[in-house]
Amino acid sequence: MCLKLRNADRLQTAASFKAYLLKDSTKTNLNLYDHLTRVLMKVMDERPHNAVDVFEDISRDVKRGLFEEKQSTLRDLTEATAAEQLAEQQRLLFSRLEDADQEEELVEMFLPNVSEIAFYLEQAGVGLGREEMQRIFLALKQLVESQGLQHCRLWGKILGTESSYIVAEAEHREGDEEEEDQSIEAAAEEEEEKAEAEENENDPLPQSTYKPPPVVPKEATGTGANKFIYYVCKEPGLPWVRLPTVSPAQINAARQIRKFFTGRLDAPVITYPPFPGNEANYLRAQIARISAGTQVSPQGYYQAGEDESNEEDEVPHDTYEVNPDFEGLPVSEMADSLSTWVHHIQHILQQGRCTWVNLAMKQGDEFNEETEAEDREEETDEPEPEVGPPLLTPLSQDAEITNTPPWSSKMSSTLTAQHAVAVLRSNLWPGAYAYACGKKFENIYIGWGLKYAGVGYNPPVPPLPQREYASGPEITEALDPTLEEEQALKEALEEQQAAEEEMEDSEDEEDD
Amino acid sequence: MDSDSLYYSLDLVAGSGHTLNLEKKTALQTSLVILKKNYKFNRVLFWGKILGLKDDYFVAQGRGEDEMKDRKYLYSFNCMDWYLLPSVTDSMTEEVSIAAKGRFIGDPSYVYEHVETHREGDGDEDGKEEEVVIKVNEERRLAVTVHQIDKEVSVVPRGAFIRTPHGLVQMNRSFGGLSHSETLKLNNFLHFTEPKNLKKKSILEMADLNPVIDFMDVLSDDIPKGSWSLQFECASKVCVIRSLLWLGLTFYHVPMTPQHGYIYIGDGTKNLDLPFML
Repeated sequence: MCLKLRNADRLQTAASFKAYLLKDSTKTNLNLYDHLTRVLMKVMDERPHNAVDVFEDISRDVKRGLFEEKQSTLRDLTEATAAEQLAEQQRLLFSRLEDADQEEELVEMFLPNVSEIAFYLEQAGVGLGREEMQRIFLALKQLVESQGLQHCRLWGKILGTESSYIVAEAEHREGDEEEEDQSIEAAAEEEEEKAEAEENENDPLPQSTYKPPPVVPKEATGTGANKFIYYVCKEPGLPWVRLPTVSPAQINAARQIRKFFTGRLDAPVITYPPFPGNEANYLRAQIARISAGTQVSPQGYYQAGEDESNEEDEVPHDTYEVNPDFEGLPVSEMADSLSTWVHHIQHILQQGRCTWVNLAMKQGDEFNEETEAEDREEETDEPEPEVGPPLLTPLSQDAEITNTPPWSSKMSSTLTAQHAVAVLRSNLWPGAYAYACGKKFENIYIGWGLKYAGVGYNPPVPPLPQREYASGPEITEALDPTLEEEQALKEALEEQQAAEEEMEDSEDEEDD
Repeated sequence: MDSDSLYYSLDLVAGSGHTLNLEKKTALQTSLVILKKNYKFNRVLFWGKILGLKDDYFVAQGRGEDEMKDRKYLYSFNCMDWYLLPSVTDSMTEEVSIAAKGRFIGDPSYVYEHVETHREGDGDEDGKEEEVVIKVNEERRLAVTVHQIDKEVSVVPRGAFIRTPHGLVQMNRSFGGLSHSETLKLNNFLHFTEPKNLKKKSILEMADLNPVIDFMDVLSDDIPKGSWSLQFECASKVCVIRSLLWLGLTFYHVPMTPQHGYIYIGDGTKNLDLPFML
């Protein structure tokens, strides 16, 4: 009897507890009983390992699953993900030309063997991954075909904060791009004229006597820092964009700033000192600096070009050609000594050009109206021409910066040294690498496009404020006169006037 | 990144330009297994590489039961012979920050010296100049640098690790990866270290957080804003996050899969110029 009662009691407690568990939550309209059932069913279905440890997550998953069902009254709008859009564009890379004749032509076209380069770079511990390299290879092929380039190589990749740039270097062709530059210059001149016209219409404003320092002229396409033209793209498969040519002012400004690339070519470069141009110009300036600093080749691969211009001693020869007799240097020697490597891109001078131009001379020619005295002055302080190291200078002559040797060299493998490649790493431009193996060599840059700064970057201070106007008596502040002084002055003036009047009167009288 | 996933994950972070050659990769596959056995680690991770002027340090990390606290670091030059790094103390960090300047050399016994002159007394006459020389060898510098990098910029996706009721931090085996839309936001990625800002958050912000998962700081709270670069690479299939504070740290996560990891390949110097560069 007692037992029965207790049993009934128990059942009742259990029932009331079950009722409690079945009570719907006011917020979610769920109850714990059903939830536990679902969780246990999920555990039974899936049989996860150590279920007790991941119990919380299973419970969360079950709840989340319920939520999603509720929302399914609306049909999902399928939105193409970035991967899908990119895949659509990259599909074109894999399309094959149907015309057989054209294909034969294309075989003759110059295309660098990127997969071979990637193989050697991988041994050097550098690379973008095999699949990515293959995509870049195909993208380069697309570039060569569409632009009809004669010489093209993969220059490298510059990382940005939002996206990266893949950079291809191509040789300049004659009569290719002058039109564009001219049109830009013409536009600039027009603008100037307009501005002048506007000024003439209005009241003439006081003209500033400040003359800006003469602008260092740009190097012509195909020479110096503009020797090569560069194409960039964000991802293989996306369109290639040609970078503008670089001006010395841009190179000099780029030397003074430290700034990340964003990945958008039209982004403004907001820095101090101000950079003349947008990110495309900044990118081009950094590419020029990196190329000049880190493009190296084994000694003897190139020889100085035999040009007639060599007769003039002052002009450093800027041409070179492939040495047909080059035999290749042993890898161990190349890894040991920096003197077996040479620069094959011209050094950029302080002026921002590869060949120095005398600005004073040019000024004299242009402004003939200037007085002779000024001309004489110019002659006296004619600046010393800047001379950089000649082309094909060994790397052992590179300067150290803040006690950091500019290059580190090593062998790619220590275990199978017979088949290793010599690897050179730049410490001034982190991310610049070169390898050499027999007659083959290649340079690549993959990095942030920034030079090693040493201790820390100090932004240049703004220029000193201008001196104040020289203080003289005409601008010196004086005390206000007191009332007495004013009255005294007034009296004095009146007396003077009276005296003058008297004088006039007397004069009149005399006249009469 | 986990040593077991090394054979595919290195390709996913190669967008930064660094990878390992085949010789080193295969050597790691062998030596890390032995390392795991000898040191009785639960898990071994290939942590990265610090580029020195003469030689490069390869760094591995062993983890015990608690993924966050039971960590040991080892370094090697040839990826075969591993040496244990000393554990980091506060005084060591201070010494290294004063003495060690410039790039790593690549020689663990190289000694950095820094001479400091202390002046005692106030006046010029009785002021005694005392020279204090702080010496730090490169092995210690390496230990401090690796520790700092892990403390400041190690990244995990949200939900990949859980704190058990016993306080241990362990891998979440039911982590299925972030969704595509979640990977677009930095606040779904966490610093894999003891939190600093979590207690400062308001109750309103804390309301959405799950204490089992959100026991670490989120990347989006970092100062300065924009010290991370989030991109999609490998045909937009892999989410790659790079730290701009420690250039060389690359994190990857493949959305909708539990694959994630980070690696540091760089010169081991902090980018102090960051405020000027954004």
